[in-house]
Amino acid sequence: MSDAGKAVTGKRAIGVETVGMTKIFGGLTALDDVSIRVAPGSFHALLGENGAGKSTLVKCMMGFYQPTRGEMLVDDTMVEVHNPRAAHAIGIGMVYQHFTLVPSLTAAENLVIARADTPSVIDWAKERTALNAFLETTPFKVPLDVPVSGLSAGEKQKLEILKQLYLDQRFLILDEPTSVLTPDEADEVLGLLRGMTEAGELTILMISHKFREVTAYADDVTVLRRGRVVGGGSVKDLSVQDMSRMMIGETEIRESAARADQPEKKLKLELAGLFADDDEELSAIEAISLKIHKGEILGIAGVSGNGQSELIEVLSGQRPLKDGRIFIDTKPYEPARDQMDAFKVFGFSEEPLRNVAVPRMSVAENMAFRTFDKAPISPFKGWLSPFPMRKRAKELIAAYRVKTPSTEEPIENLSGGNVQRAILARELSGDVDVLIVANPCFGLDFASVAEIRAQIMDQRNKGAAILLVSEDLDEILELADTVAVMSEGKITYQSPMAETDRATIGHAMAGHH
Amino acid sequence: MTGDPGLMTVLLAMFAGAIRVSTPFLFVSLGEMLTEKSGRINLGLEGTLVFGAMSAYAISYHTGSPWLGVLVAGICGSAFGALHGYLCKLPKVNDIAIGISLMLFGTGLAFFFGKAYIQPSAPRLPSISFGGWSDHPGIRQALEINPLFLLGIALAIFLWWGLKNTRYGLIVRTTGDSAPAALALGINVNRVRLLATMAGGFFAGIGGSFLSLYYPGSWTEGLSSGQGLMAVALVIFARWHPIHCFWAALLFGAAGALGPALQSIGISRGYHFFNAAPYILTLFIMIVSTSPRRSLKGAPGELSITK
Repeated sequence: MSDAGKAVTGKRAIGVETVGMTKIFGGLTALDDVSIRVAPGSFHALLGENGAGKSTLVKCMMGFYQPTRGEMLVDDTMVEVHNPRAAHAIGIGMVYQHFTLVPSLTAAENLVIARADTPSVIDWAKERTALNAFLETTPFKVPLDVPVSGLSAGEKQKLEILKQLYLDQRFLILDEPTSVLTPDEADEVLGLLRGMTEAGELTILMISHKFREVTAYADDVTVLRRGRVVGGGSVKDLSVQDMSRMMIGETEIRESAARADQPEKKLKLELAGLFADDDEELSAIEAISLKIHKGEILGIAGVSGNGQSELIEVLSGQRPLKDGRIFIDTKPYEPARDQMDAFKVFGFSEEPLRNVAVPRMSVAENMAFRTFDKAPISPFKGWLSPFPMRKRAKELIAAYRVKTPSTEEPIENLSGGNVQRAILARELSGDVDVLIVANPCFGLDFASVAEIRAQIMDQRNKGAAILLVSEDLDEILELADTVAVMSEGKITYQSPMAETDRATIGHAMAGHH
Repeated sequence: MTGDPGLMTVLLAMFAGAIRVSTPFLFVSLGEMLTEKSGRINLGLEGTLVFGAMSAYAISYHTGSPWLGVLVAGICGSAFGALHGYLCKLPKVNDIAIGISLMLFGTGLAFFFGKAYIQPSAPRLPSISFGGWSDHPGIRQALEINPLFLLGIALAIFLWWGLKNTRYGLIVRTTGDSAPAALALGINVNRVRLLATMAGGFFAGIGGSFLSLYYPGSWTEGLSSGQGLMAVALVIFARWHPIHCFWAALLFGAAGALGPALQSIGISRGYHFFNAAPYILTLFIMIVSTSPRRSLKGAPGELSITK
């Protein structure tokens, strides 16, 4: 494929339109009569909450699903897309939210294997020349000879996009393309893509929930809610308020709890020089020292993979500490069950089914993890009494509005928001002195997000010391009293929230600024 | 050449023994490596090895052609691989559990059909002499190399080259490292794994034919003594690298040859201990090359043991 470079500059952007696209799964209408038009060379944003039908729509366009009704036009000609390969053949490619690169293969190998016409025996000298010629034609630069596992998130995302361009796809669907990038990396990638659309080389349909990126880079927007198009138009005619109202609709969103003033500044949780290794025995966190006071939320911002998960694992006793100490109320603390209980340390995190719940155990059992070995659930040592456990679960289910058929339902059958609410009930229903929270709202709908953030704020106002690790900068900006930035396993920046802003934090997230 | 004749004899015996003993290890480990590169573990190769040994011996006995026996052993191995690949494709099936049951099935089936072939003597594989230049009988004898060993070296080099430089090689590595990525490329993951397991079974079957047709050179029920399972450890030790598989097989072979080599010069004290050397080596290697605090480097990302 020595003419790869030539082909890229030769072909122009294509336009795609859906007409009355409807997809019904069993009894659920995931997409209801959705018609959108993406003009050639435009940058189109698709906004909507989780479960609004964005993914279903693009999966129909890519041929992963066959729509129940409706059709698709490419450059005003009707097409049928039976599978992703057919979509690729007409020039439609997709960059997924999770990377689809092969970690142990190099960038060059990833590109070559992605091609439909990879030769049986690969002549690497020839391929290398062709790849370099192709790279000349694009604004993205990525090292070719390093295994992908060694690339940064920004480089991986660029490589994903490069792969689609290399395959000569002229209509790119991007699914939340910036969720793993620093704000600066996101701006770079979107800016370059924007440039390519303006040059008429590419058309982009981007799924996003970040209004900032939509207003800065998109020409047009379509908003979906519960599978229907509820609005859209030219981005310059719409305000952020307009768009968010379209996304949320009439749903009642719980008001964020007011931030109560904390009279005394009493030190509660202190991390003193924490060091820990990752699974490769390489240093994951280095010299983490933080002080959190009573009634304070300390937010740790940073792009995922910079040591946050290792820090959380250390604090919850899932990873051995190599060096350093943890103090609560100036007394040494080790994250073991008895000490968590004594010091009233609680916590929850993203994807609770993977991290803090046992999926196949019942809601009642999952809710009793903190109390099952104490009276009244365990009246004698080693014995469990199911009745108090169920009674307690019933109270919590009512208090935290967990939607579940019964206390005996396996917790994995609940929706994401309800699982998180059940865990919240377990962790927050007693006295909380220290709360350790990681990405609590990841993948949840607006109503649940508002609910959970309000609960965190309530705990702060009641005097808990809260460590909040979040990849969502908006969450940190909304909740934290003090912000710290974690980059490459170190705290690189720390400031009271009042004395900093988004741009400063964003630069610190990228490191060395 | 001068020096202690006893030491000389031991070294020559160990050299010859290493080549002899390592050959089945080499084939089984290359087969296991290829299967694991595609993202599945086939613990059934022990059964494949034993069945390969029996079928090769039986075919050689009936047709008089040991090479036809080798081929049939490979084909039987592929059939076991196909069974493993097919069963693992079914939902909620665990490849390790299937592997263990196929190991028992393969050995059991081999014992069942093999009863009739314990007594008769079948034609064995010839060896190739590389020692014509020397008039030292020990050297001449040590350089009687079996052809399968050479085939194994060629296979290791071919796999090493092929995994990097061919489309099929990249497809196998992709499937083994990230099934979602493979699906996104339109690769049929189950088919790739089925074919890789079948190819792995073919190699293991050949490894088995070596046992009955060259060394020890007859069909008995205690023929394999766990070599198919040790090959799994060997693949981990070799970090899924075909050339390293060769060196690791040679090391295991040398360890296995230690006991007989010492016996050949009359040292029989600790004979059983030296015979246990490969097993002790397996245990030792597993302990030093892995760590509870570190994940395995170079392991295919889809393997159920590394996930």
